Amino acid sequence: MKHPILQEIGRDFIGITEALGSAALLLRSVFFWFFRSGFEAGEIVKQAVKIGVDSLAVTALTSFFTGMVLALQMGSSMRNLFNEPMFIGTMVAFSMLKELGPVMTSIVVAGRAGAVVTAEIGTMQVTEQIDALYTLGTNPTRYLLVPRYIAFMVMLPLLTVFADFLGVVGGCLVGIVKLGVSPSVYLEDILTYLDIADFMHGFLKTFVFAFMIATVSCYKGLSTKGGAEGVGKATTEAVVASMVLVMVLDYFISALLVAVGI
Amino acid sequence: MIEIKNLVKSFPDRCVLDDISADIKEGELFSVIGPSGIGKSTFIKCLIRLLRPDSGRIIVDGQDIASMTNEFALAKVRRSFGYLFQEGALFDSLTVLENVAFGLKYLTDIPGSEYPRVVKEKLALVGLKDVEHLKPAELSVGMKKRVSLARSVAAEPKYMLYDEPTTGLDPVTTGMVKDLILDMREKLKITSIVVTHDLNLALEISSRVAMLYAGEFVEVSEPSRFRQSEHKGVKEFMEISHLSRK
Ligand SMILES: Nc1ncnc2c1ncn2[C@@H]1O[C@H](COP(=O)(O)OP(=O)(O)OP(=O)(O)O)[C@@H](O)[C@H]1O
Ligand SMILES: [Mg+2]
Repeated sequence: MKHPILQEIGRDFIGITEALGSAALLLRSVFFWFFRSGFEAGEIVKQAVKIGVDSLAVTALTSFFTGMVLALQMGSSMRNLFNEPMFIGTMVAFSMLKELGPVMTSIVVAGRAGAVVTAEIGTMQVTEQIDALYTLGTNPTRYLLVPRYIAFMVMLPLLTVFADFLGVVGGCLVGIVKLGVSPSVYLEDILTYLDIADFMHGFLKTFVFAFMIATVSCYKGLSTKGGAEGVGKATTEAVVASMVLVMVLDYFISALLVAVGI
Repeated sequence: MIEIKNLVKSFPDRCVLDDISADIKEGELFSVIGPSGIGKSTFIKCLIRLLRPDSGRIIVDGQDIASMTNEFALAKVRRSFGYLFQEGALFDSLTVLENVAFGLKYLTDIPGSEYPRVVKEKLALVGLKDVEHLKPAELSVGMKKRVSLARSVAAEPKYMLYDEPTTGLDPVTTGMVKDLILDMREKLKITSIVVTHDLNLALEISSRVAMLYAGEFVEVSEPSRFRQSEHKGVKEFMEISHLSRK
C-alpha cells in the first residue's frame, strides 16, 4: 500500500537518518584528524579572526542593548510592584550571564560566522576545490574543518564573556540615567546575589553551542550540491538549523546543569 | 602501473561507465577521447577515487583502490598522483603563489623559503610570469587553467591525470601545454593520462589513444592504428573533428 503522505514521511525519515549518519562520519573524521595531524596554525588564526573578531561589533551592539532593555523593563516592573527600582543589577546580571549572553551571542555567531563557513565550504564543494585538497596531499577535514572547529570553540566563549560584560554595563547605564540607581548599588546587587557558578552556567553552555554550530555549518557546506543556487540554499538551511538548535539545546543543557548544581 | 578492470560507474539517472578495462603501463601517455558529456571526467575521477566506482577494480602499483575504505591508505595512494581539474579548481582565498605552492608543503620536503623560486619556475613552464600575487578571481579562464596546471605538476608526481588540459587556451599556449605534458613524460618519466575531446592533441602526443563511447572503450590503440579504426563511433568522431578543424 502506497499512500502519498506515508511516502513523504518515509522519504523525510530516510533523509534525516542519512544526514545524521553522514554528520556522525564527519565528526569521526574531525576527531581522527584533530589528534593525527599538526595543526594548521595559519588557518586557525585566519578563522579565529573571521569567526570571532569580525563578530565583535554585532555582538557588542546586541548585548549592550539587551542589557539596557532588561534594566528598563525590570525597573518599570519593580517600580510598579514596590514603588522603587530594586535589584536591577541582580536581575540584569542573572539574565545576561545565565541565558541572554550565551544565547544571543551564539545566535549572532550562527548567523554571521556560521553562514560564512557554510557558504565558503559550499562554494569550494561545487567548484571542486574540496576535491583539489585530496589531490594535493591533504584533505578537507584537516585543512578546513579542524581549524574552524577550533576557532568556533575558542572564540564563541570569549565573545560570550565580552557580551556578558557589555550587557551588564548597558544595564548599569540605564540604571543611572533612567532609574536613578547608582553604580555602586547596582554593582553591590550583583556581587551579593551572584556567584561564579552563575557565570559558569552560561559559559559552559557556549562550548556546546560552538561545537554544534561548527558541525552544522561544516556539514551543510560539505553536502552542498547544485552550483550557486545550492550554496544559497545550504547557507540558509545551516543558519536556520543552528539557530533553532541553539534554543532547543539551551533548554536541555540548562536542565542538565541545574540538575548537577551549576 | 595502473590496471583498470571492469570499471562500472552510474549516476542515479544513467550509467556512465559500463565495464571499462585497460592497463596503463609505466611511462605511458594514455589518452581518452570522446564527445562532451560521455563520461571522461567521471572516468578520470574514479582513477583517484574522487568518485567511488560501483564495481570493478582499479589497481595502482598492486593496490586495489576501488574498494579501499581506509582514508589513510587512500591518501597515501593519492600522493603519487597529480590531477589537473577541468575547471581549474584553484583556491579562491589564496594567491597564485600560495595555490601553486600548496602541494609542496604536503607532498615534498622543499623548505618554505624555496617556494617563491619553485613557483616561478613552474609558472614559467606554462608561460606565465609576474602573476604570483594575484588572486584567481583576477585571472582569465586560460590563465587559471595554466596556474592550475602548474599547481598539479609542482610536486612532480609519479602519475599525472589531465582533464582537458588545452580547452580554453589559444594556439600558442596550447603548444606550450603540449610541450609541458611531453616533457613531464620524457624528462621526469611521469606516467600520464590525458582526457580530452581534442582528437588532434590526443593523436599527436599519446602512446595510446582510447575512445570512450557508450560507456565503453571501443578502440584502444596507437595513434597510427587509431586513425584506421573501423568502429563507427570512432569514424564519426574523427570525421566531425576533421571537419571542425578545416
Ligand atoms: N555528480 C553527478 N551526478 C549526476 N550525474 C552526473 C554527475 N556528474 C556527471 N554526471 C553525468 O554523467 C555524464 C558524464 O559526465 P562527465 O563530466 O564525465 O562528462 P565529460 O565527458 O567529462 O564531458 P565534458 O567533455 O563536457 O567535460 C553526464 O551526462 C553528466 O550529466
Ligand atoms: Mg569533463
